[in-house]
Amino acid sequence: MPRGTRALIGCAMLPSSSLPAAEVAVAPVVPALTFAGPGSAAAMNFSEVFKLSSLLCKFSPDGKYLASCVQYRLVIRDVNTLQILQLYTCLDQIQHIEWSADSLFILCAMYKRGLVQVWSLEQPEWHCRIDEGSAGLVASCWSPDGRHILNTTEFHLRITVWSLCTKSVSYIKYPKACQQGITFTRDGRYMALAERRDCKDHVSVFVCSDWQLLRHFDTETQDLAGIEWAPNGCVLAVWDTCLEYKVLLYSLDGRLLSAYCAYEWSLGVKSVAWSPSSQFLAVGSYDGKVVYKEAEKNPRLALGRLAFPPPRAAAGPASTTESKYEIASAPVSLQTLKPIADRANPKIGIGALAFSPDNYFLATRNDSVPNAVWIWDVQKLRLFVVLEQLSPVRSFQWDPQQPRLAICTGGGKVYLWSPAGCVSVQVPGEGDFQVLSLCWHFSGDSLALLSKDHFCLCFLETEERVGTAFGRPGDHT
Amino acid sequence: MGEWMTVTDPDLSSENKNICQYTSETKMSPSSLYSQQVLCSSIPLSKNVHSFFSAFCTEENIEQSISYLDQELTTFGFPSLYEESKGKDTKRELNIVAVLNCMNELLVLQRKNLLAQENVETQNLKLGSDMDHLQNCYAKLKEQLETSRREMIGLQERDRQLQCKNRNLHQLLKNEKDEVQKLQNIIASRATQYNHDMKRKEREYNKLKERLHQLVMNKKDKKIAMEVLNYVGRADGKRGSWRTGKTEARNEDEMYKILLNDYEYRQKQILMENAELKKVLQQMKKEMISLLSPQKQKPRERADDSTGTVISDAEEDAGELSRESMWDLSCETVREQLTNSIRKQWRILKSHVEKLDNQVSKVHLEGFNDEDVISRQDHEQETEKLELEIQQCKEMIKTQQQLLQQQLATACDDDTTSLLRDCYLLEEKERLKEEWSLFKEQKKNFEKERRSFTEAAIRLGLEKTISIHYPLWVGFLLRKAFEEERASWLKQQFLNMTTFDHQNSENMKLFSAFSGSSDRDSLTVHSRPRQKKPHGVSNGSPVRTSKLTKSLPASPSTSDFCQTRSCASEHSSINVLNITPEETKPNPVGREGTNQKWSRASRPASQEGCYSGRSSTCTNSHVEKDDLP
Repeated sequence: MPRGTRALIGCAMLPSSSLPAAEVAVAPVVPALTFAGPGSAAAMNFSEVFKLSSLLCKFSPDGKYLASCVQYRLVIRDVNTLQILQLYTCLDQIQHIEWSADSLFILCAMYKRGLVQVWSLEQPEWHCRIDEGSAGLVASCWSPDGRHILNTTEFHLRITVWSLCTKSVSYIKYPKACQQGITFTRDGRYMALAERRDCKDHVSVFVCSDWQLLRHFDTETQDLAGIEWAPNGCVLAVWDTCLEYKVLLYSLDGRLLSAYCAYEWSLGVKSVAWSPSSQFLAVGSYDGKVVYKEAEKNPRLALGRLAFPPPRAAAGPASTTESKYEIASAPVSLQTLKPIADRANPKIGIGALAFSPDNYFLATRNDSVPNAVWIWDVQKLRLFVVLEQLSPVRSFQWDPQQPRLAICTGGGKVYLWSPAGCVSVQVPGEGDFQVLSLCWHFSGDSLALLSKDHFCLCFLETEERVGTAFGRPGDHT
Repeated sequence: MGEWMTVTDPDLSSENKNICQYTSETKMSPSSLYSQQVLCSSIPLSKNVHSFFSAFCTEENIEQSISYLDQELTTFGFPSLYEESKGKDTKRELNIVAVLNCMNELLVLQRKNLLAQENVETQNLKLGSDMDHLQNCYAKLKEQLETSRREMIGLQERDRQLQCKNRNLHQLLKNEKDEVQKLQNIIASRATQYNHDMKRKEREYNKLKERLHQLVMNKKDKKIAMEVLNYVGRADGKRGSWRTGKTEARNEDEMYKILLNDYEYRQKQILMENAELKKVLQQMKKEMISLLSPQKQKPRERADDSTGTVISDAEEDAGELSRESMWDLSCETVREQLTNSIRKQWRILKSHVEKLDNQVSKVHLEGFNDEDVISRQDHEQETEKLELEIQQCKEMIKTQQQLLQQQLATACDDDTTSLLRDCYLLEEKERLKEEWSLFKEQKKNFEKERRSFTEAAIRLGLEKTISIHYPLWVGFLLRKAFEEERASWLKQQFLNMTTFDHQNSENMKLFSAFSGSSDRDSLTVHSRPRQKKPHGVSNGSPVRTSKLTKSLPASPSTSDFCQTRSCASEHSSINVLNITPEETKPNPVGREGTNQKWSRASRPASQEGCYSGRSSTCTNSHVEKDDLP
């Protein structure tokens, strides 16, 4: 049962050439198992395909379990054996699931009904049901301690904080309906919440342990769009709506550390990402540039900025039946979409940003060039590679342990890139498995691939520790 | 001449004119008009004159003509044609002489006039052509003036047009600017309006929200509830605490603690970075000072050099170096000093490197020096010599072999002797083989070394460090000496082999054992003074030899050989090391070679050690190997 079809996929790693190389993807299904980066051989095994609905599939934070939803059922599996450990039945079709930080509980939200059901892994008989009633429900999440649930009611009337320990219920009024209005520090100590009062934006910082308001300050934004803590939990990045290019950095105690504005008038910030070191902030904007900015104290010195140049390199496409990455030399034209000017939310600008866990790389996607993923060498501040896929990139995610990027494009393949090379693998199985989304196991050993109705796990077995296998990026440039 | 002409001519002409006028006024002769014409036109045609004269005077009017002429001539200032009258009444007589004189005078005048006329004519022509030329010039210039005037007008016109255009463009720009301003104003006003509306709507929306909230809350919505089987413990195991002022203060404290920790962490990192950088700077400075101090003298000699001034700074810095510990104490005060001194040093280094670059380029231009060429030739000669020696050694061995074979050829009838012979033969053969291989090896090594030496020499030549060649030569000499010794020893051995017989072998053994060691001693002693020159090695060599003799009771030849070889190779290696780091490559090779030799040398010894029991009685030829007890 576990790992039913052990489809063996072999692919050769192409050495990724330094800067302007780009590729498009490969992998014939052959029964050989190694894709060998320098110094390591890795095998990719695929589990059998399981049913799934609403793309709800999540690894538990401790990496032991895998939760997936099929209609109104929640299935908990062991990550290694993939055996079903628990099966919970909810009252309606599940729309959202989330593991508690200690992996003991899992919440299932049914927004339509305004219901949240919480299940315990240790005590299968234990249950908890939270009904928001006529207030409605649009979002639900765990507090970092795993004992409180924050429910956002319809129209963002309030956030209800339900405690699993006591009967207490707290309300937080005036939450702002925005892109990312709630953020927790990585250590789980503080929560920052975007609020809107008297037509002004405010940020409230709460202590998560007792939900006490620690700081409350108004931000110099027209219409705050998102907030994000730095990984060290000391700096809060606040960005304004796309109509205004404005990124503000606030200290934990509410002081404004620096403000940044690259240009005026045209559409501004589209995405923001902190570097794992908390030292830098990457800001993707609608003009297709990424500003990589030092988040320093002094606002005058703050602009260690570098605007990445627009597309420089990419690759030619390969045939559809058998795809492979081709390394293309410098001047390559990328397939670009012409933005429709008279529509709101034009498909332009940097829509996605992600730092690699080791702080070496930054992956970006320009929405007007949907087929390509740019990978930047952050240390040298230059373009490292551009990966052009055959179809628009749906999502990409870095391996949590090493510089390895998994990309999916809604096709039957999953693409992996590392500084040592890149590979594309056909997901085995009958029928078409269209990978719409993916998520890494925290160990980086496996990867869940999600399609519309199914999911499967992809196990990446490396013979040795991969950090050494792939080497430092410096070696390759 | 020309001047004179111009001066005189007008006088002449005026005089002529005066004359003409005068004549026209005074005399109304029928032919006066004609004569006047003649004079004025001054085209003297002899025929005309002749005809005129013929017409002027006839038989009848001689008297009148004469009187006329006389009158005329006197008016012109000529003497009268008549003789001076004695009385009023008397008829005046014609003076022939006076007439002739007058005629002559007239002719002379005529000639003069002709000449003058000619001159005037040429002058006239000249002036005419000049005039033409000037007129042409004038015309041309006039034309030019005209065209340039036209051009100027054109340009002015264009300028005017451009200015006009510019003005238009300015106007357009201004209009555009105005437009932009207007649009911006519109945008701003719209934005404010929009914001206002938004605010209004948001307020309404907030009111609605508030109302909704109230409704939702007031409805006593029973649905809003949480059903829990049982409450679970907190993740940290603690009980929830009440919110009090205390907790608030604690939270504040914690927050500031976190912030402080972060700042401290960062400060620590910065400090570490600073310390690292300081260390690097100091290290750099130290190295620079040490690097630059030996060159201090040189640039100072060249006082005109720009570095001269900086050198003094360098000296100061060298002094500062001793006070370095101070730097660690107070960064603030010394920071500037440090950076400044580093900068200075860097400048010096830079200039020095540039100088070196220049020198190198110069050297490249000059090509190889004569000295270097000579040294290379020497090398070649030496290697040739060595090769020759090897050849000689080979020949020696050959003859030895032949002799041995001859000896073998003189067969013995005795079984025991033959057996012994065989035994000996085997051994000897083996030994010879060994020796043969040894020689081959040696040769190979010589070749190798020769190559490396030549290479080294070339590089050395490039670097102009001839002094370093010296130890090399010592090495060569050593080897050469050794070769000679070896050759002589072989000769000796050969002689021994041929002359001594079996009976003497025992004695010989003893003797040779003794002599061998003494030989060795003498050799080491011998080699020592030579080794004195290559520094540092001489001390080590005796120890080495003693060890050798102890550990390797093999033939003195091999041991000695090894010893000297190693010495030589060490010399070479040391020298090579002194030369350049790249030169170390051949060095390990050389060492390996010697090591091989060691093993090779030791092997026969041990083998022979085993054999010695039997072979001792055989011949005295391998006496030297029977040192084993």
